[in-house]
Amino acid sequence: MKFKKRYILLILYLLFLLMPIYWLMNMSFKTNEEILGQFSLFPETFVWDNYITIFTDASWYSGYINSLIYVVLNTIISLSVALPAAYAFSRYEFLGGNHLFFWLLSNRMAPPAVFLLPFLNFYSSIGIFDTHLAVALAHTLFNVPLSVWILEGFMSGIPKEIDESASIDGYSFPKFFVKLFLPLIAPGIGVTAFFCFMFSWVELLLARTLTTVNAKPISAVMTRTVSAAGMDWGLLAAAGVLTIVPGILVIWFVRNYIAKGFSLGRV
Amino acid sequence: MNKTKNQKAWLLVLPVFALVAFSAIIPLMTVVNYSVQDIFGIDDRVFVGKEWYQEILRDEVLHGAFKRQLIFSALVLLIEIPLGIAVALSLPRRGFGSSLAITLVAIPLLVPWNVVGTVWQVFARTDIGLGGSLLLSFGIDYNYTSNPFDAWITVLIMDIWHWTSLVVLLCFARLQSIPNVYYQAARIDGASLWSIFRFIQLPKMKEVLLLAVLLRFIDSFLIYTEPFVLTGGGPGNATTFLSQYLTQLAVGQFDLGPAAAFSIIYFLIILLFSWLFFTALTSQQEEKLEKTREN
Repeated sequence: MKFKKRYILLILYLLFLLMPIYWLMNMSFKTNEEILGQFSLFPETFVWDNYITIFTDASWYSGYINSLIYVVLNTIISLSVALPAAYAFSRYEFLGGNHLFFWLLSNRMAPPAVFLLPFLNFYSSIGIFDTHLAVALAHTLFNVPLSVWILEGFMSGIPKEIDESASIDGYSFPKFFVKLFLPLIAPGIGVTAFFCFMFSWVELLLARTLTTVNAKPISAVMTRTVSAAGMDWGLLAAAGVLTIVPGILVIWFVRNYIAKGFSLGRV
Repeated sequence: MNKTKNQKAWLLVLPVFALVAFSAIIPLMTVVNYSVQDIFGIDDRVFVGKEWYQEILRDEVLHGAFKRQLIFSALVLLIEIPLGIAVALSLPRRGFGSSLAITLVAIPLLVPWNVVGTVWQVFARTDIGLGGSLLLSFGIDYNYTSNPFDAWITVLIMDIWHWTSLVVLLCFARLQSIPNVYYQAARIDGASLWSIFRFIQLPKMKEVLLLAVLLRFIDSFLIYTEPFVLTGGGPGNATTFLSQYLTQLAVGQFDLGPAAAFSIIYFLIILLFSWLFFTALTSQQEEKLEKTREN
């Protein structure tokens, strides 16, 4: 590839992005003495201890498991309600449809802090406080509108003639939807699942407030460690690195669709 | 696409409607209830009308937080949008380099928000952080834990680090979809890079840019976790933004009434701005539709 001048900006930007992450990785392989004692760009004594602690201590790794459970649960719930709705918005005009669409989007704009107290009271009163379901349901607040929006964009790209010819060929609606339509928008479903995963994975405020012990997410486990006396920087850094890894893996697989997922959404 | 009129479509929308009612309407009604009552216990509450609203509108700390929030969101938009466009223009268009660059650019978006705080905490600290100690070694007196201005700038840079990539990805997606004939025509006319940007790329990106502005405005207006981890709102109140203050009121001091009144006002402000953006977006689309019809 020929080097062009415009890459200078790109390289500077990538440096800016990657430096802090490199520093976190660097710290995660150091002992605490080295972190606090001397300044080094590369670990002098390279240790895996911090990672070993996380993988062997239940109070640490259960945080990752809890997070994964509610994230997956949330993705399933969001997708299964958003698919039919997105189909309706992309194919039919109905009373109040546009208003409903904007109202849905407006929930994406609601400050999570606003919903904190009511969620707390409401979920306690129906007895699902401190369960994975509580966090998964709370996260549908912003993931369902987003899913409907992205899926609607993908579905609008599928010509309506396909629906019509399927019904002429004698397909019932549910059979058409599952057998013919869903495979057609498979990339769209992938992108939507990715975004649900991502937004549920990165959220802290609701996840932390709605759980105490049984469903405590990794992000909450981390903040507790931060406030503990005598900070364990190495351990904190290792836990941070481990939260970034799943994201990088997922993003590599959907890299060609991410940009598309955003640009196709109905604006 | 022409849409069929069909009221049965409501049946397909019903699950979403029920779920969002469950997770949005009921809680929102609870907030409205709180905001007009003084609550002493479960069965001991008094209707106080608009008292909490008046109290919260007079709250000096809130005024400070609101002012900081507006300045913060404005700066975020002013820096991230142009920077995002510039980076999107400089991304390689195809091949392995393009995939790699996109993946690298997208990384900050997938870092959990509290870890973003942690990343910057360890990066910007002057004793153990690369960034902080570099600044010190250049002779710049920098300390984000004690100097309000430094704390402010650090939160701003952290947000740029975290979210500019969203603008980059949005713009890049739109740039990719511009047909090559536009560029060929421009080359034949001998157009400069600047005029290609000004008359081809920028107009094509208009919608996506409005969307980026909308998303960045909303999310920067709701910012909570990252400054919470990095500075805890301090030093003093220097980096206490609206969500931070609201959470303090609601969970920290358990002032349900004022917190609820504050929530409602907060939500309304965001809705108002979003509605303005949304109207701008849709009216533009209608204009475009009309143009294509005329042709």
